[in-house]
Amino acid sequence: MSDLDQNHINTMTKKAVAHAAAAEAFIGDEERTDWHDETLWFVRHKRDLAVNQLPEWEQLREQASRIKDHTLSNLDKYLMEFEKNALTNGVQVHWAVDAQAHNDIILDLIKKNGVDRVVKSKSMLTEECHLNPFLLKQGVEVVDTDLGERIVQFRDEPPSHIVLPAIHLKKQDVSETFHQHLGTEKGNNDPQYLTEAARQHLRNKFVESQLAITGVNFAVAETGGFVVCTNEGNADMGAHAAAVHIACMGIEKIIPKAEHLGVFLRLLARSATGQPVTTYSSHFHRPRAGQQMHIVIVDNGRTRQLGRPDFRNSLKCIRCAACFNTCPVYRRSGGHSYHTAVAGPIGAILNPNLDMKANADLPFASTLCGSCTNVCPVKIDIHQQLWKWRQVLAEEGFVDPSKKIGMKGMAFVLAHPDLYRFAGKMGRWVMRAVPGLVNNKLNLWFKQRDMPAAPKQSFRDWYLDKNKHSLKK
Amino acid sequence: MPGRETILNAARKNKPAFIEAPPAWAEGASIAPEQLTQKFIKTLESIGGKVIQCNDYDPIRAKLQEQLATGRFIANTIQGLGATSTEVQTNSNAQSLEPVEMAFIAGTLAVAENGAVWVYESQLLNRLLPFICQHLVLVVSRETLVSTMHAAYRKLDIAAEGYGVFIAGPSKTADIEQSLVIGAHGARSLLVYLVGGTEI
Amino acid sequence: MKVGLFVPCYIDQFYPSVAIATLQLLEKFGCEVVFPLGQTCCGQPMANSGFANLATGCDNNFVKNFVGVDFIVSPSGSCVLHVKEHLKHPDKEKAQFIREHIYELTEFLIDVLQVETLPATFPHKVGLHVSCHGQRGLNLSSMSELVAPEFSKPEKLLSMVAGLELTKPKRVDECCGFGGTFCVFEEAVSVKMGKDRIIEHEANEIEYITGADTSCLMHLEGILKRKGSMVQTIHIAEILNSDLVPFKAERS
Repeated sequence: MSDLDQNHINTMTKKAVAHAAAAEAFIGDEERTDWHDETLWFVRHKRDLAVNQLPEWEQLREQASRIKDHTLSNLDKYLMEFEKNALTNGVQVHWAVDAQAHNDIILDLIKKNGVDRVVKSKSMLTEECHLNPFLLKQGVEVVDTDLGERIVQFRDEPPSHIVLPAIHLKKQDVSETFHQHLGTEKGNNDPQYLTEAARQHLRNKFVESQLAITGVNFAVAETGGFVVCTNEGNADMGAHAAAVHIACMGIEKIIPKAEHLGVFLRLLARSATGQPVTTYSSHFHRPRAGQQMHIVIVDNGRTRQLGRPDFRNSLKCIRCAACFNTCPVYRRSGGHSYHTAVAGPIGAILNPNLDMKANADLPFASTLCGSCTNVCPVKIDIHQQLWKWRQVLAEEGFVDPSKKIGMKGMAFVLAHPDLYRFAGKMGRWVMRAVPGLVNNKLNLWFKQRDMPAAPKQSFRDWYLDKNKHSLKK
Repeated sequence: MPGRETILNAARKNKPAFIEAPPAWAEGASIAPEQLTQKFIKTLESIGGKVIQCNDYDPIRAKLQEQLATGRFIANTIQGLGATSTEVQTNSNAQSLEPVEMAFIAGTLAVAENGAVWVYESQLLNRLLPFICQHLVLVVSRETLVSTMHAAYRKLDIAAEGYGVFIAGPSKTADIEQSLVIGAHGARSLLVYLVGGTEI
Repeated sequence: MKVGLFVPCYIDQFYPSVAIATLQLLEKFGCEVVFPLGQTCCGQPMANSGFANLATGCDNNFVKNFVGVDFIVSPSGSCVLHVKEHLKHPDKEKAQFIREHIYELTEFLIDVLQVETLPATFPHKVGLHVSCHGQRGLNLSSMSELVAPEFSKPEKLLSMVAGLELTKPKRVDECCGFGGTFCVFEEAVSVKMGKDRIIEHEANEIEYITGADTSCLMHLEGILKRKGSMVQTIHIAEILNSDLVPFKAERS
């Protein structure tokens, strides 16, 4: 079994492997890692081409950021305004404090309506709440209709990317999966052929479905409506075909006004894939005749994050995944190495809020290069928050104790110039005299890198030598 | 509803001090009026759509007649093109619409920067129609062209009807190795007729 | 103009030639340079690992050493950024003065000394590595993610060096993967990132990789040496100072 297979299994069985170990397993297949890196870099490149066509890009980001800052500062009022207008529109509104409440509400609606065929378009919130496994336990099978999500669902894997759920897979993998589940021709790896097979398969699911679950990209307080964006058209196929439509949204999806959609829709697809806009931007306000429309508004830790001044602006996120695509670590470690529904840099600042202990590794899975912050269309200071989460996690005791001991020792030496000079001199002497002490397997630097040469003189020694006469005076 | 109060109270308690909303977006003239048509066509073609410019409805009527002659299920929802399809009703279900080969639908306005066309529910007759049809034809007046989404939202009342949608190109996916495939779940092709001068 | 030379700990210990070049360059442009002898480290290794509270000793030592100069200059964007963003001290005024007057070498040369010409000669083909903290943190150059005019302080300086042919990797400003303690705690990703940078540089058939941060160069050098590459790393200060007798001999 390859390391990669092992990695998949670990992911599937929810045995969380810390990011560094999972990343090492991922990189074990270097050719695939290179492909993953190049493919996502290409998406970043397409984003660059798209945004450079708009001279006003940076002002747009600023505008979006300010709208979101404003919204968060008035969140309770906008939620109430949204609820009131949605109710007037004939939409039923539900509130879920956490993942369990969210799942219970949906199960209840499924039971009340006597439904057994459910389709779902992409919703990272339902992933975060682990809705599918929950419903499956209750005997309800949910069919994910986004192509990428359907692929990973067949494989019993979580999505590895919030916009491109199956980006960790090659077409050969998809071909094999479809051969097993849809009876496609073995070895036919043509994406066109495979997509067509999924189209036929899912058309039947849409036509038969009784209940459709969708996510929400934006919910507009002043109108009580919500917008769902897809390229495939699967959210609409589901929502318009089924007798019951349930839209699930985190409380942070609210924007105040319809005019603000102009700002966000201009940013979203360009940031995500480099498209000028998604193929479908669907605006739902009222159920169609004879249809039930429900909105589930979910907190699940978001108000807690709102109360953390250093981290609250992570709630501005519009889930474009631009930070994934630009992140040199994400591209070389794959989404599953983040062992959470939302991976990548944004996931690394959102998930510690959900569970500090389980996700303490994530803020360290970054070089703090800052590229994520620069591509973010709503100007979340992602890399600064990664740094700040490290402080919180260390403070709360979620960092490896041995690391803390090492850091304490280092801090002590560096705070005492004489000790520092002695240690430096000794260190360099040891490296020259007994290189094997440093150049060994226990030294992670040395595993794939040579140590720097150890000069006899430090700069300080040289400086003192050079200035011995003048300094004496 | 205890969840509601819990969430709203927590939001009230934890939100930061009030921050003013920014002034509405002031549109810079990023696309000159005389370039709107070309920009729209170029953009829509770059995302897989096709555009035909015409002075009146005649070429569209001809296209509809040609399609009807094939004997397949062709749905027309535009009164200006002739009789609308009686098979397409607001409450037509997915099963009955699944065989639609081509649908002719009028749009409200077109956006030059991204090739999107806005369609209200009343123009669709049935919400499912533009998605479930194999091929989609949208008819929109050239006069309705706006430069950006900001301008589009200023003209639209998104809550005027129960549903409305921006459609920009055919359904597509790149979920398998980022290879672009046209025709994921929705229409396999999109043809937009840009009609000069004539109101629909 | 009294300039305090801040030599980050690992440069002091492993790359003295970088500090020597920095000192000589500053003196060449007429600065009165002092090297406070009690300096150690800016505290970044602790802070980036989540232990900023353990950096108090470093902070106090830093302030103690650098009080009284007009500017503090260092050949490391990363360490400078750390001091700028995180230096704390009971004497708030002193700390603020330091945070506002600490400069990375190339920005000091361009922004403060307003250098327009250099007497340097370096007849080699050189690839430029853009270090993240200098670029995205200190704004030493424009960033590929932003829609903004292009500029680069390090490039402007390198363009003044006679004989130097500058090249850039395909991804002009992707991180090399050093990342402080990241380089050991995420060893696999760190090395992979470094290897990928090197492949792009090697495609340009260069002799040297240069940059404004020795830490990135140390990481790249470790990988280059391990694979037996002919490509060498060299800090930008050494190139800009290269009309003087360089201290390369000692290093090789």
